[in-house]
Amino acid sequence: MAKKQLVRVKVNGRDREAEVEPRLLLVHFIREVLGLTGTHVGCDTSHCGACTVVLDGKTVKSCTMFAPQADGRELLTVEGLIKDGQLHPLQEGFKEEHGLQCGFCTPGMLMSSYVLLQKNKMPSEEDIRWGISGNLCRCTGYQNIVKAVQYAASKMEQGGAK
Amino acid sequence: MQQTSPEIGGMGHSIKRKEDSRFIQGRGNYVDDVRLPGMVYGQMVRSPFAHARLKSISTEKAKQLPGVLAVITGEDLAKANLAWMPTLFFDKQMVLATGKVLFQSQEVAFIVAEDRYTAADAAELVEVEYEELPVLVDPHKATDPSSPILREDREEKSNHIFHWEVGDKAATDKAFQNAAVKASVHAVFQRCHPAPLETCGCVADFNSATGKLTIYMTSQAPHAHRTLFALVGGIPEQNIRVVSPDIGGGFGNKVPIYPGYVCSVVASLTLGRPVKWIETRSENLQSTGFARDYHMTAELAADGNGKIQAMRVKTLADHGAFNAAAQPTKFPAGLFSICTGAYDYPNAFCEVDGVYTNKAPGGIAYRCSFRVTEAAYLIERAVDVLAQQLKIDPVELRRKNFIRPEKFPYPSPLGWSFDSGNYEAAMNLALEKINYQELRKEQAEKRAKGEFMGIGISSFVEIVGAGPAHTFDIAGIKMFDSAEIRVHPTGKAICRMGTKSQGQGHETTYAQIVAQELGIPAADVVVEEGDTDTAPYGLGTYASRSTPVSGAATAVAARKIREKAKKIAAHLLECSEEDLEWEPGKFFVKGAPSKSKTIQDIAFAAYTNMPAGMEAGLEAVDYYDPPNLTFPFGTYICIVDIDKGTGEVKVRRFIAVDDCGNVINPMIVDGQIHGGLTEGLAIAFMQQIDYDESGNVQGGSFMDYLLPTAVETPHWETDKTCTPSPHHPLGAKGVGESPNVGSPAAFVNAVVDALAHLGVQHIDMPITPWKVWAILKEKGVVS
Repeated sequence: MAKKQLVRVKVNGRDREAEVEPRLLLVHFIREVLGLTGTHVGCDTSHCGACTVVLDGKTVKSCTMFAPQADGRELLTVEGLIKDGQLHPLQEGFKEEHGLQCGFCTPGMLMSSYVLLQKNKMPSEEDIRWGISGNLCRCTGYQNIVKAVQYAASKMEQGGAK
Repeated sequence: MQQTSPEIGGMGHSIKRKEDSRFIQGRGNYVDDVRLPGMVYGQMVRSPFAHARLKSISTEKAKQLPGVLAVITGEDLAKANLAWMPTLFFDKQMVLATGKVLFQSQEVAFIVAEDRYTAADAAELVEVEYEELPVLVDPHKATDPSSPILREDREEKSNHIFHWEVGDKAATDKAFQNAAVKASVHAVFQRCHPAPLETCGCVADFNSATGKLTIYMTSQAPHAHRTLFALVGGIPEQNIRVVSPDIGGGFGNKVPIYPGYVCSVVASLTLGRPVKWIETRSENLQSTGFARDYHMTAELAADGNGKIQAMRVKTLADHGAFNAAAQPTKFPAGLFSICTGAYDYPNAFCEVDGVYTNKAPGGIAYRCSFRVTEAAYLIERAVDVLAQQLKIDPVELRRKNFIRPEKFPYPSPLGWSFDSGNYEAAMNLALEKINYQELRKEQAEKRAKGEFMGIGISSFVEIVGAGPAHTFDIAGIKMFDSAEIRVHPTGKAICRMGTKSQGQGHETTYAQIVAQELGIPAADVVVEEGDTDTAPYGLGTYASRSTPVSGAATAVAARKIREKAKKIAAHLLECSEEDLEWEPGKFFVKGAPSKSKTIQDIAFAAYTNMPAGMEAGLEAVDYYDPPNLTFPFGTYICIVDIDKGTGEVKVRRFIAVDDCGNVINPMIVDGQIHGGLTEGLAIAFMQQIDYDESGNVQGGSFMDYLLPTAVETPHWETDKTCTPSPHHPLGAKGVGESPNVGSPAAFVNAVVDALAHLGVQHIDMPITPWKVWAILKEKGVVS
């Protein structure tokens, strides 16, 4: 076993640190070391996007990074979307527009949509479809996920959360 | 059916889902989220070969790795008589290989270590010496004398598993002899995999102090699985608790018991610690229940006007290395005999032969009520081929042959009694919505210009909701299902079920049934499933049986409660029961509506002020045995445009008209239709688990098992007609599988239609751009 390495990250606004094996995948660091199990693993080839988190403002597939690569950086996971007990408009949108069924892809979908809306405040349907194209869903056929993101975009435009 | 207010939220209301709150906050509890003190991790060692003799297994190096707690082999399991386990279909399957391996990625050894990385390291250190054997991949060669016999364990030295036939062969053959027109199609429904986004896994937790074994597992049928663990493992059933936590999609993949579950249980029993085993995606695709792999020939006999007179079907079924089909015991080919479709003709004969090959075992019902998908695809393809041969519009051919609404209940030539249907109404609505005549004109214009556009129609019928118990059982357990409702003193309720949601929204829809029947707002009803220690026994969720069977049980249980509630209301209002009338939420005195008692008043009285001689409480349980299956149907129309330069098929429009009888939650039904159509699209154009001649899996990871993203998926248009089931207490039918059953034929029919003028009659799925381009090239359209 290789020498353990200290990883310090800011996760959902909180400083966290742990000594881990250098080969530990970021997704396992998040799920098993930090105990944030909202981020899921759905494949082993970086295709499904269930493990998507936001790292320094960009989406990453946390199954495709080692935990030490996140050292000193800032992470946002699905658990960090809720603010002061208030759901993020995207979370509301997914519920209102029936954008989920089994819920397994949902955290990854939320994080990809979150970054999309940071970059593009009023995305077209096509923009949204491309924006979530790194995330697979087996239940919804994506249609209501598109509506959920549109719901959130409108709500945020009306002066809601960021 | 009485309409409830939106506040009550009974049948027909698109209320938002109760389960969503935890999922959108990342607070679901899937099996890999289960974490117990002292928990250790399991990892499979798998065979790289499709067929090989096991010469030796050396586990010493693996055992020496720090952190490794155990390495279990087939020989170890054999000592406990657990090297093999029964499948759900009269066969047995190796848990861990002994003697030889029969498919690539077969389970060979099971490592247990303190963490999952160490377990994976140790798997690399297990040394297995294999001697390769000749491989049988092509099911058509299974019974050739030159092919190797795969299953040396069986008495019968043959790769043939079963022959099954149904229908009147003599009458069907005669109809074919006399027929003016015969059409035939050979269609392969390719091997594919449900690939739910969450793979299979479990945490087995044996407590040596109490003797209790708790298994958290991705199970679509937790109660049946508990019984099977008791029967096979010899563990007293009261000491087994199966918990299905949140499940990240099932689609039939989570019906069977897999070797990983069994090894985890054995390891936990041995070590006295909780053992977690979670498949990787590649393991999921390569070793757990595949679906389809049906090689089918259908023939239709018709008169010169296109009136169908008979159907004849011959099918070869590739079951892989073990017959691990998850099907009702009396039906080796499942409900494939629904293949006569939505059409009225007197004669049919269908035969199916199952064979072994060196492939992963199965097949399971992938979003499908036991081979209904194969059947619906076959008849809807065959009807289009007949139309093409007769030069009749496929719409007109269907119209001419539909079973008329007045003929229900309709006895099908292969022995089913279709409960209700109005097939032409559904088709007419779809045609109107898509403006069919205009599209045919456009197609003619495009053809004149050398462009390729196709219109595909599929008018499918499903058969879902097994039992009845006298006909249907899984491994001997009758296919009833259950609901238990308990109303609390304050008028709120808990409802526990024998089924298990994997995304279907049961926590919402069952609550709506209680709301409909008792007038207790759906928001006040908690639905729990999946814990065998608390829920009533049931067969689980697959084959679209939750609403037809457990939904019915919920309604019947609620009605039992209402009967008791009426007695309490009469007592509270000091009148006779005959003087009372019900509206959702309250009983009132006939002619004096102000004299009433709400269900909440009654619930309180059931614990505080019951009539003399009545036992306290307000609860009921029902084990529902359906008198028949339900037969949902619909018409789907697909419009495609083909890029002749690349062979790429673009779905321009897709309209789905479904009829699943009375609807519980239209929003949820629509969502299910969207999802099922997307899986149908995937099957028609992308998904395939193929094997090369050495038995290597092609399509064993998401690199090459292609799933559609939001970009490839079109916008779906949905609508519905409503023909209630006459025998279901709520008039409802199943729906979750309809879009997956009905749509593959619509996609394929559309592509074939686009190329029909070139003489193309059939293309096998998945219809890749390369396949289309090769046809265009062969026909001289492109060079």
